[in-house]
Amino acid sequence: MRAAPYLLCVPALVLFAGVVIVPLSMTVLLSFHDWGQYKGIEPVFILKNWHEVLSDSYFHEMFARTFRVAFFVTLLAALFGAPEAYILNRMRSPWRGIFLLVILGPLLISVVARTLGWALLFGGNSGLVNKALMGMGLISAPLPFMFTEVGVVVALTHVLMPYMVLAVWASLQRLDPQVENAAVALGAGPFTVLRRIVLPQVMPGILSGAVIVFALAASAFATPAIIGGRRLKVASTLAYDEFLNTLNWPLGAAVAVLLLLALIAVIWGANRLVERRYAQVFA
Amino acid sequence: MAFLELEKLTRSFGAHNAVDGLTLGVEKGEFVALLGPSGCGKTTTLQMIAGFVEPTSGAIRLGGKDLLAIKPAKRGLGIVFQSYALFPHMTVAENVAFGLEMQGVAAAERRTRVAETLELVGLGAFGARFPRQMSGGQQQRVALARALVIRPQVLLLDEPLSNLDAKLREGMQIELRQIQRTVGTTTILVTHDQAEAMALSDRIVVMNQGKAEQIGPPHEAYERPATPFVANFLGKTNLVNGATVRPERISFAESGLAGTVRTRIFQGNHWLYQVDTASGLVTVIRQNTGEAMPGEGDAVHLGWEGRA
Repeated sequence: MRAAPYLLCVPALVLFAGVVIVPLSMTVLLSFHDWGQYKGIEPVFILKNWHEVLSDSYFHEMFARTFRVAFFVTLLAALFGAPEAYILNRMRSPWRGIFLLVILGPLLISVVARTLGWALLFGGNSGLVNKALMGMGLISAPLPFMFTEVGVVVALTHVLMPYMVLAVWASLQRLDPQVENAAVALGAGPFTVLRRIVLPQVMPGILSGAVIVFALAASAFATPAIIGGRRLKVASTLAYDEFLNTLNWPLGAAVAVLLLLALIAVIWGANRLVERRYAQVFA
Repeated sequence: MAFLELEKLTRSFGAHNAVDGLTLGVEKGEFVALLGPSGCGKTTTLQMIAGFVEPTSGAIRLGGKDLLAIKPAKRGLGIVFQSYALFPHMTVAENVAFGLEMQGVAAAERRTRVAETLELVGLGAFGARFPRQMSGGQQQRVALARALVIRPQVLLLDEPLSNLDAKLREGMQIELRQIQRTVGTTTILVTHDQAEAMALSDRIVVMNQGKAEQIGPPHEAYERPATPFVANFLGKTNLVNGATVRPERISFAESGLAGTVRTRIFQGNHWLYQVDTASGLVTVIRQNTGEAMPGEGDAVHLGWEGRA
């Protein structure tokens, strides 16, 4: 019965192969096919699409924007999400449960609905956000949010914040509350406790949250499509357009595969960093 | 006037008094144990001294100064937590150096003092390790070193040995006592283990429901318990005709209280007997001297000093 464990894995493997491996391999293959306005897709093996994607400055701009947006979204999510998780963790019940629901609640709502909400808030010069900022005297003229990277970053940060909060919260729960008391008893002030004791211990949580947020931000579609629109494309909306508007599937596939490879590289690098930095501490 | 004084210290949680009017004076260099079952208020008392819990009423004075007016971070007390509460992201040396760093001790002096203290707890060679890489007993010593290195006015130990296995605990008891004697730090130990309290401390405070039932040297509390609670908590007791008698004070005699051995249990260095008598079940502990002892079902007579 040595084979039993393997046999038991078969159904899951078949499903995984069917829904992930096969379509992914077909997409990779597709990226090497040729395409013409009148001849359509030709199943040949050429590097035209890859050459175009890697050499054309248009694509460079798209990918640079994609990763710039993802970087700032990750940064903002960490800056706001980590303190949010810390405060949440220190709340008493029932407030902790209520605010956890407030933070996670958006996950229950469709991304499209949430993003359209942001579109309404940003909406043109008379949007609520601009009115509020001008009302507080922070700006004198309306800021353009719609169809700008700033708008996409703000909306995506909101959408992805729960993932960061959850990741940091999970690592905060592993913290021994006595450790903070120990630092206080040794003479550390509240800020020192946060910086020297709490932050280093939740760093793995922040980094794993950052990996999730970065990957989701770089591959996000609905938010950049609605807030960024046609004028401000990122890799995922670009691939979508190649597939469904230009009908140049092979080029779209090349964009999609490149995005996937870039993300794998980023995530792998981040994991290596975490493992090497924190191995002996949090083994 | 004692070095550390607790005066009518009270802490209520709602209607319940966790600590109820506790008054205690601790002399400089003394080792005092707060002993009691869980929920007796011993840990709350320790936390009030440390500053993590505010008393509802009462006063704490250290060297004549009001300790409650000082922030926890400025009290300069050394605390060893039950979970050790080591900083997992710092090496052993960094853990121990943390308190000195907070006091603004220069790096060179910090290094010597950390090395000295690690040597004191027998971990001289372990400075570069991380807590995760050490055994429970070693982590315990790191926690002790971290508390001692700042030369605290008072050392507070919160169930420091309860996470160690029995054999290691005994070894650490002896060592802890020696270290405390060497550095002479006034120490307060919180424990539910009466053997630990008696082995380590100069005086014990037996606590029950937030109150001190008895304060005194361990042997005195053991020999002359003030209340039945103290008698029971400090060891096995027999209540024979209204008098409490420790089981090890009862011997098999030619005449005396007649009875029949119900059970006999061998425990290595001693025998534990349960004897049915006219006054009820009596527990007897006899040293194992290698001599033949009465067996189960045997008729025996029990005698003890002071028995009429």
